[in-house]
Amino acid sequence: MVDAVLNETRAVPQRSVRQRTGLRKAMQRKSTIAFLMALPLILLIVLLVLYPALYSIHLATLNKSMERFVGFGNFLFLFKRETFWMVVQQSCIFAITAVVFKAIIGFFVAHFVHNIPSKGQRKWRGMLLVPWVIPPAMSTLAWLWLFDPSYSAFNWIFALFGIGPIPWTGDAYWARFSVILVNVWIGAPFFMIMYLAALKSVPEQLYEAAAIDGANFWQRMWFVTLPMMRNIIAITALFSLIVTFANFDIVRILTAGGPIDKTHVFATWSFRVGIEGGDIPLGATVSLFMVPILTIAAIFILRDITRRGNEA
Amino acid sequence: MSTVSATAGSIPATRPKYGSMSRDRRWALRWSYFFLVLFAIFFLTPPIYMFITSLKTSAEISAATNPWWVYNPTLGNYAELLTSPSYLTYFRNSAIVSIFTVTITMLISVPAAFALSRMRFWGSATLATGVFLTYLIPETLLFLPLFKMFAVFNEWTGIELINRWWVLLLLYPTLTVPFCTWIMIGYFASIPKELDEAALMDGANYRQILTRVFIPVALPGLIAATIFAFTVSWAQFLYPLAFTTSADQLVLPVGIITSLIKGDVFNWGQIMTGALLGAAPPLIIYAFLMDYYIAGLTAGATKG
Repeated sequence: MVDAVLNETRAVPQRSVRQRTGLRKAMQRKSTIAFLMALPLILLIVLLVLYPALYSIHLATLNKSMERFVGFGNFLFLFKRETFWMVVQQSCIFAITAVVFKAIIGFFVAHFVHNIPSKGQRKWRGMLLVPWVIPPAMSTLAWLWLFDPSYSAFNWIFALFGIGPIPWTGDAYWARFSVILVNVWIGAPFFMIMYLAALKSVPEQLYEAAAIDGANFWQRMWFVTLPMMRNIIAITALFSLIVTFANFDIVRILTAGGPIDKTHVFATWSFRVGIEGGDIPLGATVSLFMVPILTIAAIFILRDITRRGNEA
Repeated sequence: MSTVSATAGSIPATRPKYGSMSRDRRWALRWSYFFLVLFAIFFLTPPIYMFITSLKTSAEISAATNPWWVYNPTLGNYAELLTSPSYLTYFRNSAIVSIFTVTITMLISVPAAFALSRMRFWGSATLATGVFLTYLIPETLLFLPLFKMFAVFNEWTGIELINRWWVLLLLYPTLTVPFCTWIMIGYFASIPKELDEAALMDGANYRQILTRVFIPVALPGLIAATIFAFTVSWAQFLYPLAFTTSADQLVLPVGIITSLIKGDVFNWGQIMTGALLGAAPPLIIYAFLMDYYIAGLTAGATKG
């Protein structure tokens, strides 16, 4: 046990370890224990995440019955299909628009919450986070009912103002709007919470200094708040981009990809093709197209996290 | 504070009138409240409308009355669902799957986080980064290869994995373990080294350090991770939709959607009731443990 203590202080240089085999043995034992403790995690990641991820690349090169190697055949087949390009376009529109609106709404709501006296903040924060807490599948059902073609509660209100019935999920453009709206509704509270945490961490002295220099509201926002929050804004947006780009629940429940495949994103289309259509290789090929964007976002997040790790 | 001093600074030049600073502040406050109410309406409309609909009879729903008001409130939908064997099966499946997932997640991620944050071994730094990257891989990328993997596994061993509720116990940890390990690494790393050194001095072994020192000290993080694991497994939709089909194997989100929607007939009163009851467990946990919930949310990006 004394060996372990020495070990913990990590001031023991490498040479003395070699001199004393007992210490070395202890070190080996410690790292063995550590490895065993992490083993379930390693197995889980390797068997159920890493292997399937690589396996999907292999699957993408097979034909429908998964007996013959077709190389890039699935990719070439997709490039020739109009639906595929529609899915690419829709996924990008969906993810980018939703993330931008979530970020903007989250930013402003965080400021409003930050502005009010601190004893009321908890209550408001608690109320505004509810959309994030409800399982998306359940809340999307509520939206589906609010958007119902014949009994839409929104259309009932609009009818009072003489605005004609809106085909929320029936028309391609409205369906795209609805899908994004629901996504923004679910995701904006998350941004709000993150930004609120960031706002609280901005030192008050900075604002006082800015005020003494005669900065107005917008200048304080631009030169103090935004630079101080930049990290959190970036990382929250990247996280959200990944989640939104890979989103399945909302589109699946709200429109199931329709009308005429106009609202399909990668995830729902690969489900349609792979599980419902029974063409697993083609579905895997579709879902692989998410990888480039996910990788880019992941690289930026990782860079940010390691950089902050070094600063600390 | 900032608004006050800001206006105070510009008083000599632009605002000769005394007391304008508190007026400015008051207006900022009013606008804040105004917009907060607006956004609260936007954020709370769907759950409230779920509740309104859940109190209605089918006849009232299909009548062309004001949808935002209940004329003949009834608890019939609740009574019907809570006595319906299939709904109770879904609820039970969801509860079992979630509780087991939480247990498995904690059993895997707490020791792993301890090992990764305190005991170095070959590749431990890479593994920590790898854990985080795994968290960024979405389930929508993995469900098809996993589906095929399980089919192949069945051919080899004869063990059927598809359409069994317990297969979710294999799948859900892939969603919860990476994040829980990641935030537990953060919490464990923030524990001062002196604490475990003192425990080692007193002759504690690693298991004792973990259970007697780390887990009690990092309890808030542990609770946050538990809540995260529970909400994720309770809300998961894609895996059960892809991997389970027969009615007795379904969990709540999929069960509501497949069984209450019969063809084109939507029994909205029951669907909304089912969804509301399904949303209740996470909401209740959130209501009581809001601070832990929020700590878990923000930990992913702010810790590290």
